[in-house]
Amino acid sequence: MTDLTRLSAAALADKLVSGEVSSVEATRAHLDRIAAVDGDLHAFLHVSDRALDVAADIDRRRMAGEALGPIAGVPLAIKDVLVTTDMPSTSGSKILDGYMSPYDATVVARSRAAGLVPLGKTNMDEFAMGSSTEHSAYGPTRNPWDLDRIPGGSGGGSAAAVAAFEAPLALGSDTGGSIRQPAHVTGTVGLKPTYGGVSRFGAIALASSLDQVGPVTRTVVDAGLLHDVIAGHDPHDATSLEEAWPSFADAAREGARGEVLKGLKVGVIKELPDAGFQSGVSTSFRSALAAMESQGAEIVEISAPHFEYGVAAYYLILPAEASSNLAKFDSVRFGLRVDVPGGTVEDVMAATRDQGFGDEVKRRIILGTYALSAGYYDAYYGSAQKVRTLIQRDFDEAFASVDVIATPSAPTTAFRLGEKIDDPMQMYLNDVTTIPANLAGVPGISIPSGLAEEDGLPVGIQFLAPAREDARLYRVGAALEALLLDAWGGPLLDRAPILGGGR
Amino acid sequence: MSEITPDLVRHLGVLARIQLSEEEVERLTGQLDVIVDNIAKVSEVATPDVVATSHPIPLQNVFRPDVVGDQLTPEQVLQNAPDSADGRFRVTAILGEEQ
Amino acid sequence: MAKDKLMDFDKALELFEPVLGFEVHVELNTKTKMFSGAANPAHPANHDAAPNTLVAPVDMGLPGSLPTVNAEAVKHSISLGLALGCSIAPSSRFARKNYFYPDLGKNYQISQYDEPIAFEGRVDVELADGSIVSVPIERAHMEEDAGKLTHVGGSTGRIQGAEYSLVDYNRAGVPLVEIVTKPIFGAEDRAPEIAKAYVQTIRDIVLALGISEARMERGNLRCDANVSLRPRGQEKLGTRTETKNVNSMRSVERAVRYEIQRQAAILAAGGSIVQETRHWHEDTGTTSPGRPKSDADDYRYFPEPDLLPVAPALELIEELRAALPEAPAARRRRLKAEWGFTDLEFQDVHNGGLLAEVEATVAAGASPAAARKWWTGELTRIANAQGREASDLATAADVAALQSLVDAGTLTDKLARQVLEGVVAGEGTPQEVVDARGLAVVSDDGALIAAIDDALASQPDVLAKIRDGKVQAAGAVIGAVMKAMKGQADAARVRELVLERAAAS
Ligand SMILES: [Mg+2]
Ligand SMILES: [Zn+2]
Repeated sequence: MTDLTRLSAAALADKLVSGEVSSVEATRAHLDRIAAVDGDLHAFLHVSDRALDVAADIDRRRMAGEALGPIAGVPLAIKDVLVTTDMPSTSGSKILDGYMSPYDATVVARSRAAGLVPLGKTNMDEFAMGSSTEHSAYGPTRNPWDLDRIPGGSGGGSAAAVAAFEAPLALGSDTGGSIRQPAHVTGTVGLKPTYGGVSRFGAIALASSLDQVGPVTRTVVDAGLLHDVIAGHDPHDATSLEEAWPSFADAAREGARGEVLKGLKVGVIKELPDAGFQSGVSTSFRSALAAMESQGAEIVEISAPHFEYGVAAYYLILPAEASSNLAKFDSVRFGLRVDVPGGTVEDVMAATRDQGFGDEVKRRIILGTYALSAGYYDAYYGSAQKVRTLIQRDFDEAFASVDVIATPSAPTTAFRLGEKIDDPMQMYLNDVTTIPANLAGVPGISIPSGLAEEDGLPVGIQFLAPAREDARLYRVGAALEALLLDAWGGPLLDRAPILGGGR
Repeated sequence: MSEITPDLVRHLGVLARIQLSEEEVERLTGQLDVIVDNIAKVSEVATPDVVATSHPIPLQNVFRPDVVGDQLTPEQVLQNAPDSADGRFRVTAILGEEQ
Repeated sequence: MAKDKLMDFDKALELFEPVLGFEVHVELNTKTKMFSGAANPAHPANHDAAPNTLVAPVDMGLPGSLPTVNAEAVKHSISLGLALGCSIAPSSRFARKNYFYPDLGKNYQISQYDEPIAFEGRVDVELADGSIVSVPIERAHMEEDAGKLTHVGGSTGRIQGAEYSLVDYNRAGVPLVEIVTKPIFGAEDRAPEIAKAYVQTIRDIVLALGISEARMERGNLRCDANVSLRPRGQEKLGTRTETKNVNSMRSVERAVRYEIQRQAAILAAGGSIVQETRHWHEDTGTTSPGRPKSDADDYRYFPEPDLLPVAPALELIEELRAALPEAPAARRRRLKAEWGFTDLEFQDVHNGGLLAEVEATVAAGASPAAARKWWTGELTRIANAQGREASDLATAADVAALQSLVDAGTLTDKLARQVLEGVVAGEGTPQEVVDARGLAVVSDDGALIAAIDDALASQPDVLAKIRDGKVQAAGAVIGAVMKAMKGQADAARVRELVLERAAAS
């Protein structure tokens, strides 16, 4: 019998629909896989004890002839940044240890309605602040390709879970690359939708104007299938877009036929020189572009002169918004409370926040408080918002002449745990390629482009499209994916080391 | 380069309600100094003629009809309360005054 | 607390020029809150809600929650802005005002900062002598209210010395419009009166618009009064204080007078005024210092990223402008003519801040004279005795119902006053009080005749006098009958019956 955990969500869904496999069987296979490998990986902070019941309910409804969604019965891992009523939601922080939300995030509610089976909550950098998942208050997640390396961040848990076949689908959130960069270092697929394309309601806010929830999967079609479930207008989120979206899964299936590459204009940013990238990353990127060119795509050099200010603007806007968003963790209504004998409520708040937040969170709150405080606003926050305008203009100009922009998804392959933890600025520079999309609100996808020759670790290629053109990313991503799969003779993840034998 | 001093960090800790230890103040002062030097470059291109962007996708007039909904039960309101009494959240003494 | 030194008011005015400014917060009476779908405690249907029963996730800052803007609250804010003579901003936006306080679920208040919805207006305020003072309005902006803290333990029930506090988030997120005036110059010795008349005018406006219950006692309308003094001939403004918690029109007047006298005494003695918030104490009629302004008041405002700009269409603004009720001054002229009041009668109503009440009472069926009589008479008397606002004591419907019971002969004037006391005490509608207290006039002639016959039988001398045509002698019998009926009889009817029975017997 096939290993159900190796199937894509689309393939598993076919077997569920045909009745060849039950959701209980599929769910049990993934729970068994989690039991076998998560001790090494630590991708999950919580594994649901209701998953089999939920799966059984789906099977019952299917037997009863109920019309179910196209991926009903498929297991789903949920990043812990999303609140859930049946599992704790901590956002990777001790300050929310054991927190139970009275309501589900909209994306979670839609996933349940679509018949997906929540397996558990995945690990992440505390409040999504980080690029390595080392800043989780519950300990790091490890990269399935090399357990001594980081799985990326902040959504390292979701990416590792998918890469290690613990789940076919996962939800992530991307504020500056937290879906795409983990996809890059784990050989998986991740897409950050157009800002407003997916509801933020119930996503514990990091930076409200940058955050976006999106799919984390092993294939482009699977990402489209999950995106189809979570997309669409939500009246609970004022920034949610009202338009109807096309089927992203259909877009991916169409793209996989390859015609989209004929005449496709792919922009390459001249200000992102190879020098800033690990050589294996550059090489993989170039060869992916060459493959596209061979199928009729045209590579066009474009200029995005303000992208180099993106990291600086991002590390002003994010901490500023985060310092305000994280003020609610004050010991009064929920979460940790540290007793201060004889202290006032102010003392209790300050002691709780000191003890409950990790170093990176405190660092960014203090930085954001600074950027907003009297006398500094214009120079910092105000200027950063202007850089945002300039980056949007760069995008507008670029998209006037190209269909998509391509970049390596991140400068390096997975670095070693602990390698950058004491150098916050180095860690921040890791997001250089992913940040502009968040600042401008445009969608971005990362798909595997190969392995770096020097370390054998996965590399991702990122495509960016104009706002609202998420479907274009699915078409282009699926086209390249099909091309590379052909060249490789199978999925990249087939070359990942076998896990489960202990370390 | 930048003006980050231990006193400023201490003050920011008060504003942000984080009881920083002296060791933390010292470490943060050094780190923030490096970070601020790096990010201050935004002002190089943020000239007066450039308008600020608060929202990546410009929308306006997004309103909700005045219809009751989304109300939590009192049990849900208090379900995570560190301390409560008489259906309300309980906190230790407050110094100062209402705003 | 040390007692403040006060300078004689007239003396203070000789030496200093007072400059006033007001921030009035109006709670809107929409069905739901400003930024959530939770029911609004400032809506009359929700007055008696138990703690933490009107709370949506965003009101208590739950992780993942997001605000959404109440369309009706925006319309109300525009209407109010227009009624204040303001321009409506083509585009305005929300901002976060960041500060930690346990009553603030998110630890920031969503307000408007650099782009308020309404700006640059003017409100004409009529004083007791009929003169008009034009108050310049700087802005009116939308924001949300905070929750409610109850301080427990300690001796005073106040925040100082309390052992712990309890937080109720029902009020968190109630829609507010904050109206901020520009500095008001030239008020001189009328400063306290202008203060009161200004708040009264704002109240008239919001009541006429129907956008707030506007009951100061309930905090629907709250006034912060800024007062500064500058020596005569000086250009530069003096340091101001902001007196908060002034929750009746009468107290606004008193608080401004107090601050002028207090500041004058300090300045005249060579001292300087501390820029601070001060708290008004209704019981003692004094103010006391709050926290001085410090660098901790760094609110780190920034545009609210969860909400989008409000850019009302011109058609909407014009639609709301066309629907505005008449301006207060025009309304006063019209009402005075309609009611046929003398100048004095009308001033009585207006100065009592009771125009809206009288108007509503007349609309509910009472005659203008009767409506005026109840509001400026008995209700004002009770209000003064209890240190409350007459408008908070009873509804127009109650007063009209009371008068109709009098008109129907069910109640005498005296009984009606007793019934009104019951209404004020919260015993229900006039009819309910009548029923519960058994206060109705005995209109059953049978019962009256029995009592009259008894009285006549026990006073044969009086009976004889009446028969002799000495009608005034009937008074003794009437008195006895009224006593027997415990006052619950119509004296005129008793008199009629006494004469009838005397003649017949
Ligand atoms: Mg104010
Ligand atoms: Zn205010």
